[in-house]
Amino acid sequence: MSSAPVGERPDRRGAVSAYFAPRRRTRLSLLLGLPMLWLVVVYLGAIAALMLSAFWSVDSFTENVVHTYSTANFHTVLTESIYRTVGVRTIVVALAVTVIDALIAFPMAFYMSVVASPRARRLLVVAVLTPLWASYLVKAYAWRTLLAPDGPLSWLTNGHTPGYGEAATVITLAYLWLPYMVIPVYAGFEKVPRSLFEASADLGGNAGRTIRSVILPLVFPAIAAGSIFTVSLTLGDYIAVSIVGGKTQLIANVISDQVTLNQPLAATVSLIPLIAIVLYLMAMRRTGALENV
Amino acid sequence: MKRSLRSLRKPAALLAAGALLAACASSGGGDSSKRKLPDVPMAKSVGAGEGELNIIVWAGYAEKDWVKPFEQQSGCKVNAKLGNTSDQMVSLMKSGQYDGVSASGDASLRLIYGGNVAPVNTKLVPNYATVSDFLKNGDWNSVDGKMYGIPHGWGANVLMWNPAKVSGELDSWGAVFDKSSQYAGKVTAYDSPIYIADAALYLMKTKPDLKIKDPYSLTEKQLDAAVSLLKEQNKNVSEYWADYTKEVQAFESGTSEVGTSWQVIANTINGGKKAKVKTALPKEGATGWSDTWMIAAKAKHPNCMYKWMDYIISPKANAQVAEFFGEAPSQTKACDMTSDKTFCDSYHALDADYAKQIHYWTTPQKQCVDGSGDNCTDYSTWVTKWQEVKG
Repeated sequence: MSSAPVGERPDRRGAVSAYFAPRRRTRLSLLLGLPMLWLVVVYLGAIAALMLSAFWSVDSFTENVVHTYSTANFHTVLTESIYRTVGVRTIVVALAVTVIDALIAFPMAFYMSVVASPRARRLLVVAVLTPLWASYLVKAYAWRTLLAPDGPLSWLTNGHTPGYGEAATVITLAYLWLPYMVIPVYAGFEKVPRSLFEASADLGGNAGRTIRSVILPLVFPAIAAGSIFTVSLTLGDYIAVSIVGGKTQLIANVISDQVTLNQPLAATVSLIPLIAIVLYLMAMRRTGALENV
Repeated sequence: MKRSLRSLRKPAALLAAGALLAACASSGGGDSSKRKLPDVPMAKSVGAGEGELNIIVWAGYAEKDWVKPFEQQSGCKVNAKLGNTSDQMVSLMKSGQYDGVSASGDASLRLIYGGNVAPVNTKLVPNYATVSDFLKNGDWNSVDGKMYGIPHGWGANVLMWNPAKVSGELDSWGAVFDKSSQYAGKVTAYDSPIYIADAALYLMKTKPDLKIKDPYSLTEKQLDAAVSLLKEQNKNVSEYWADYTKEVQAFESGTSEVGTSWQVIANTINGGKKAKVKTALPKEGATGWSDTWMIAAKAKHPNCMYKWMDYIISPKANAQVAEFFGEAPSQTKACDMTSDKTFCDSYHALDADYAKQIHYWTTPQKQCVDGSGDNCTDYSTWVTKWQEVKG
């Protein structure tokens, strides 16, 4: 190292450091250049290409892509009732999954964070995360077996199972995405000062009132953060549906069915979940959920 | 985080604006009623192999047992890519990276008119001479008397049921259509737009006033009738299947009890212990599939592909693949080579009358495939209708 020291601090040695020390912009661009390149070119670029291809069409018989500008695909998606039906169903399923996960995750996270001993807390966190180690397919097929007409659930309930269909899809997806809801809510509880519980009790609030007026408002942004995962994952899922959904199809099934037949139309349909998730993110931003992710 | 989110507002607004614009614009898209056949030259001779062969196959069509001997004989190393559906096979062939494909009838015409495959010089395929006559010059594998491939094997979509749950012998597709409410929640159907033809075939026999002459040549009114029949059926469907292992599992677990199937599925289930099933070719006839080996228009290894097409319909190899997959072999001499001597009988391989009852999958076009006019519905319409049926 032969270069002269730059600045007053003697520990900033070396030619590289010396070069970058006064050049904040260069430093920053080198640091963020690669990730930004990834984000803009690869990630946003792919989405842009997708949106562009939505304006193309295919030859109706040979399925060769025709590169002429046309808004026919948008017209199809907006006028054919099937896309509306399936789109609405997908959003209902996503919301149902989110509500179920929130209802399960809230008491779970409350217990983990507030009631359980530190040792039990660690074990519970591990227990919540362990299913993520198992393959998605294994878990979906496990639910297929559980929900089968002659399966264990049918035996336990004397045949009163939902069978394969929308209900089974909601149950399976709620199971699959539960950890993504529990962890943010648990983190949300960790941030709530314990003294507030006592303050509420001192002011005469019973348990129900404390949960309603103190805990819920403070934890709500965390639930909203978890819901971003459950909603966006559900909007993109088509495998679990095809395993336990019976004849149900969600928007991602329609896209995957169309992609080999009519790629431009599939691109157009895929804008539906894209728009839905952008709108959902904007709505959730208002709850302060994004500071919690 | 907040700021980056705010920056999303603009794209979101753009998206919304784009959607609005599209809503106002009218739909375009013309369709020429008469299709031009692309001029793709036919091979005049087969030379030495190029050492390699890239093919798209149905699962079970390129197993070691018969691929290995071919590689040794021809010196062509086989790289087989599995195609799960006809639609996927068509899109793979369009990538231009493959020498050939085992195309079903609903893929073959699309490939021919797309200019993706070349006509086949059958003189260069010696084993073609003894292929069953009823598979030659079919409207799913030839155009204007020119063969575009080598028949590989065929099967009928049969009616399958679980006799433990469904009493009596079924002999009509009515069991899964008009009378499907008897088996509410236990009916299964094939998950592809081409299944619309099954409903059309049933209507062809039961509703003569619709005047359906061919299940693949449907006018708009006839298509709507078939679609409304399928929507009725949908109420009683447990699940649709495209992957045959899913159908096997559905019957074994009791999820499905009656529905359309392939003989190989019935054999697989009856070979196991979990359930027993029966099959029948209903009195209305049946739709079916007939696979054809086709050579890519721009094949990089055409000689190897010709060698493969001849090899795979040679008596021994054709018997092996037919037995493995569970289908009727195209090669008449294959029937002497099967390990199970009753195989060809159980698949009705040489039975031209049985074969005649089958309406082989073919791609619906605007210009009716039965030559009855140019007011038929095309496959892309069928695709949209099929999604509507599933709802």
